[in-house]
Amino acid sequence: MKNLIDVKNLRVSYHTYAGEVQSVRGVTFSVQEGETLAIVGESGCGKSVTAKTIMGLIATPPGEIKEGSEVVLDGKDILKQTEKEWEAYRGATCSMIFQDALTSLNPTMNVEKQIMENIRNHYPVSKEEARKETLHMLELVGIPDPQACMKKYPHQLSGGMRQRVMIAIALAGKPKVLIADEPTTALDVTIQAQIIDLMKELQKKLGTTIILITHDLGVVANIADHIVVMYSGKIMEKGDVRQIFYGHKHPYTWALLKAAPNLELSNKQPLISIEGTPPDLIDPPKGCPFAARCKYCMNICTTEAPEEYEFEPGHTAACWQYHPESGYADIDFSREGE
Amino acid sequence: MGDKKPILEVKHLKKYFPVDAKHTLKAVDDVSFTIYEGETLGIVGESGCGKTTCGRTCIGVYEATSGEVLYKGKDINKMTAVERKEFTKKVQMIFQDPYSSLDPRMKVHDIIAEGMQIHKLVSSKAEEIKAVQSLLEQVGLNPEHASRYVHEFSGGQRQRIGIARALAVNPEFLMCDEPISALDVSVQAQVVNLLVKLQKERGLTCMFIAHDLSMVKHISDRVGVMYLGNLVELADSDVLYQHPLHPYTKALLSAIPVPDPDIERQRNQIRLEGEVPSPMNPPAGCHFCNRCSYAMEECSCQTPVMREVEPGHFVACHLYDEMK
Repeated sequence: MKNLIDVKNLRVSYHTYAGEVQSVRGVTFSVQEGETLAIVGESGCGKSVTAKTIMGLIATPPGEIKEGSEVVLDGKDILKQTEKEWEAYRGATCSMIFQDALTSLNPTMNVEKQIMENIRNHYPVSKEEARKETLHMLELVGIPDPQACMKKYPHQLSGGMRQRVMIAIALAGKPKVLIADEPTTALDVTIQAQIIDLMKELQKKLGTTIILITHDLGVVANIADHIVVMYSGKIMEKGDVRQIFYGHKHPYTWALLKAAPNLELSNKQPLISIEGTPPDLIDPPKGCPFAARCKYCMNICTTEAPEEYEFEPGHTAACWQYHPESGYADIDFSREGE
Repeated sequence: MGDKKPILEVKHLKKYFPVDAKHTLKAVDDVSFTIYEGETLGIVGESGCGKTTCGRTCIGVYEATSGEVLYKGKDINKMTAVERKEFTKKVQMIFQDPYSSLDPRMKVHDIIAEGMQIHKLVSSKAEEIKAVQSLLEQVGLNPEHASRYVHEFSGGQRQRIGIARALAVNPEFLMCDEPISALDVSVQAQVVNLLVKLQKERGLTCMFIAHDLSMVKHISDRVGVMYLGNLVELADSDVLYQHPLHPYTKALLSAIPVPDPDIERQRNQIRLEGEVPSPMNPPAGCHFCNRCSYAMEECSCQTPVMREVEPGHFVACHLYDEMK
């Protein structure tokens, strides 16, 4: 499989009254064609900002994409696009769905209009053809009685239906890449399961590449091919789904996986929590951002940012303990917390 | 369970909200359960199932439409003003949103001390300051934080302030309404560990409302499942998660994604079709009948009653009628 997107040394900052917030600090990863890449991390780790950069949604000012950042899609650096090229790009090459479907949909337009808008913006089709396509899209996303749904306004639909409509809008432009920013976070588990199934099914049918932003590791386990773990603007670890879940190397990844309660665990046994809070990104720590909360913190961790170490092709972690002189060599996480 | 003393008894509780002249929203429709001293009862269900309304009606935040709630044998809706004030001291609540449930214009000290002042638990300012500082320490905050405003804290820290406020008046009963759903996973674990620890130390009874089923299982002794205003199943948490009886409980548990790719991609999941009907117009009979794959004829005409199928395991479903 070839790489569809290459993000290289991406750095994004926001200028606020309090100072410059360095949301994304040198992020490099690639997305293969037709796969699902999950970016996981806690709030404020920069996962949404990364996604918005790929979609071209960073408002400048207050945002700023730093010199030297590159996002290459199909051999072209999209960060150098003109506004006109961006317009053609958004919706037709790359689409995005958001967490909160109610505020993301236009409350004054009915479903039909919102889907047709995206089709007619990108393809020279007649209204009649666009309407047919709209109906087809609604069927595709599994809306019962699509004919009736076309005339409805967002407030008349339930949360799950709104999310389906948003997916229909996003896919109507036949994008190569679909960015899903916490698409199921606001939904109940049973509806979440339906939407995840739908995304998997649509990917199989249409071959869309999906970038999924989420903090729910259960969802990731279900749908992702590759995973990028982010923490305070940096990538801690990346690899394929098995490498991350069964062979994780970074203490943060381990802690994140352990913090989620497990149905197998016996009740009221203390959960493994990560003490403390993520660092302030206005004045990020010099060394590893996780150092202050890390059990394995060494002197060097607080003074110098770790390099990335590769374990298997595609599986890397940024942690000093894998430096040949660290003395840790390899941490056996499986015995932790017992 | 026999020697356990009930602390809160809920009998045929109903809470309807009038929408307009023709419609009423039956948020809680005939719910009965008992909470015993020192235990944690979890209530789970999807949004709109009435779990929050149920919780609030149980502690008298809303007035019940009908039915009774007995707190230590006394009907909370028939209390005198004095008893009522005593009741509000005994029962405290922790809210979902740590941002909107704390007054932004008050300092942390004043937020925590307000309850103590109202109930006259402290006699001097010095004692008050000492009490607040000790509470802050208990919830894992720095005593110096007392002079700060809420906006200076992160979500997890705010939730700790909310917990300190609830504990300030030495309550017996804590109503936790989705206390962790607004927090990140790593912080969730901190807050849950804190709640479990405090409960053990102070012998608190808790009602824990949430939609996160795995967290509820973790923290609760018994779990009740609600659907469209009804309690459909109630059992010890291990029993409920290992041997769910009600078809809705089965589907709900099956929908929880497992953070393990091998299990997650191989397991057979029960998929519920469609969505929760409007509580303004729920289906007749069993409210779940139109989405249930086991639905029989009687399900759509007769409302199932809660039965004790096994000791301590209650379920409201016609499938288990003959197992009396």
